[in-house]
Amino acid sequence: MAALEVTDLATRFRTDDGIVRAVAGVSFSLDKGRTLGVVGESGSGKSVTFLSVMGLLDPRQSEVTGSVLLDGEQMLAASKSRLQQIRGSKIGMIFQDPMTSLNPVKSIGWQLEEAALIHQDITRKEARRRAIEILKQVEIPRADQRVDDYPHQFSGGMRQRVMIAMALINNPEILIADEPTTALDVTTQAQILRLMKRLQDEYGMAIVMITHDLGVVAELADDVAVMYGGRIVEQAQVDDLFAKPEMPYTWGLLGSLPRLNSSGGRLEQIPGQPPSLLHPPSGCPFNPRCEFVMDICRQKLPPLDQSTVGVEHRFRCHLDDEARARIWEQKRAALVSADAA
Amino acid sequence: MTQFLIRRIFWAIFLFLVATIITYLIFWVIPADPAALAAGKSATPADVARVRHYLHLDEPIWRQYLRFLWNLVGHQQLGNSFVTRQSVNHIIGQDAPVTASLVFGGAIFWLSLSIPVGILSALRPRSILDRVSMSFVLVGISAHPVWIGLILSYLVGYRLHITPIVGYCNFFPGGIGVQCSGPVQWAYHLLLPWITFMILFAALYVRLVRANVMETMSEDYVRTARAKGASESRVMIQHVLRNSLLPVVTILGMDLGLALGGAIFTESIFNLPGLGHEVINAYNTADLPTITGIVVFATVCVIVFNFIVDVTYGFLDPRIRPS
Repeated sequence: MAALEVTDLATRFRTDDGIVRAVAGVSFSLDKGRTLGVVGESGSGKSVTFLSVMGLLDPRQSEVTGSVLLDGEQMLAASKSRLQQIRGSKIGMIFQDPMTSLNPVKSIGWQLEEAALIHQDITRKEARRRAIEILKQVEIPRADQRVDDYPHQFSGGMRQRVMIAMALINNPEILIADEPTTALDVTTQAQILRLMKRLQDEYGMAIVMITHDLGVVAELADDVAVMYGGRIVEQAQVDDLFAKPEMPYTWGLLGSLPRLNSSGGRLEQIPGQPPSLLHPPSGCPFNPRCEFVMDICRQKLPPLDQSTVGVEHRFRCHLDDEARARIWEQKRAALVSADAA
Repeated sequence: MTQFLIRRIFWAIFLFLVATIITYLIFWVIPADPAALAAGKSATPADVARVRHYLHLDEPIWRQYLRFLWNLVGHQQLGNSFVTRQSVNHIIGQDAPVTASLVFGGAIFWLSLSIPVGILSALRPRSILDRVSMSFVLVGISAHPVWIGLILSYLVGYRLHITPIVGYCNFFPGGIGVQCSGPVQWAYHLLLPWITFMILFAALYVRLVRANVMETMSEDYVRTARAKGASESRVMIQHVLRNSLLPVVTILGMDLGLALGGAIFTESIFNLPGLGHEVINAYNTADLPTITGIVVFATVCVIVFNFIVDVTYGFLDPRIRPS
């Protein structure tokens, strides 16, 4: 059974300007011990999807429908107190900016102990022991001394390690990481990714890696979901997606990746702006920016079709098989020749 | 820590000199003749001249200032009132408890009102409570304490006979020639002054607390706490309140100094024999030693409050704690 099974999740925000459909029907499942990379640009609904899963959105401003099954339990119907029991014990979450994600007036140890004490029936002394232990696990040097330090005494990378430690202290089945490396410098990013990989091997939790960086996905993920305009537009196992991406937005994402050995030409970019979620375009959400747009794209949302390459490889696009294969072949050739140059 | 203390002390001395010099300069500029006022209405010019010499008012202003400094540093004396010849130390000793009762009592009132109201407003923005409290804030900030004091003393005191209209009773029982004393009478007589005095501050603090709590609730670490599974009450108490009330401590320290000035209005309306009342009288008779004495005392109070705030803040916020 999947650790997390999300079906037709939709999140709407009530704003003064109208209803914003941030997530418009997202389905995926996450098996135990696997890593799902969720890729998309800002405003594609990737963070909101998982804040909805966690029940962390303010119910006064938002409305979440669909189904979120965690170990077979319906999260969207769970009571407030049940949600509090689940958060932090079965699902841990870490966030983008480690500089602001820790309480500045409480010591690291206190914040770790709090996470343990909320969910486990242990003494404060025992909680402290576990806090130090988990700090060692996330490779904080001199953990037994640093446990009494405050967040401002840690660097960004160290704080993100503390965040990871805090999310893992109750040994959750799922760790949701919302752009955990975006705010860090490149060498620190690599360290954090390696750490997460190692911890996954040891603890066996499933990871959801929300990112806009396909490099991170290639490094860490087993499966990928590409999100655009509040929808999943392509999902596949990671190798299949990189082998044969099936729709224009994914092509654009791959084309806009910087490559070290390219000859310094301009990076490809996807023209236009992300779609307005307040007044989304009719039909395919990507149609205003798509270079292969057809009439049908403006009228009908393409269904999630099965790709010929890879199992469970699905995508949304009205282009026929032959056209997609031809276009991707051209794009790939262009990328390869750019690499070779 | 020692370095911090030394810097503080130098700052305090500087502040003290500036405040007193300005007081002397203003006194020197205003067109009043303290000697004539002190000598009385029936005094002859010769009497006035004698009084002027006796009070050292015939000396240049800088010598008067140095004399004041010498008295203060060498003898811990603030001098004697020009008018009553009472020692200013004695006057302040008598008046300070009255003002302290008003200011600290008022501060307790305004904090215990504005912190809960501010928090509740922040938790339920646009609710009825929030709207009512925001209206109160508008009135509290707009209405002058003199007006509020007069209205309250007319309605509650004169019309409804619930409280005394004016007057003050000592907190400690006993004393010679006092009409009333004891904690109950003290609080009873101070009830209206406290309310009058605190309304402006309560309004400002409701707004301050509300804004701080709302801002803190949208902080990332509050979301982290929720993601940990913390209950709403735990999130509020452990994560939101401490962080959102930190600025209140700072501003309270500054406002207690400001409040000494605000006390002038309230003391005048309710005829409380405090420092504010005293300073108004002293201005009317150009009684320089009394004015300077009160300025010195107020300056010292402000310095002490700020010092207490700095030290407290260091305890509350690890980011500025000297390690």
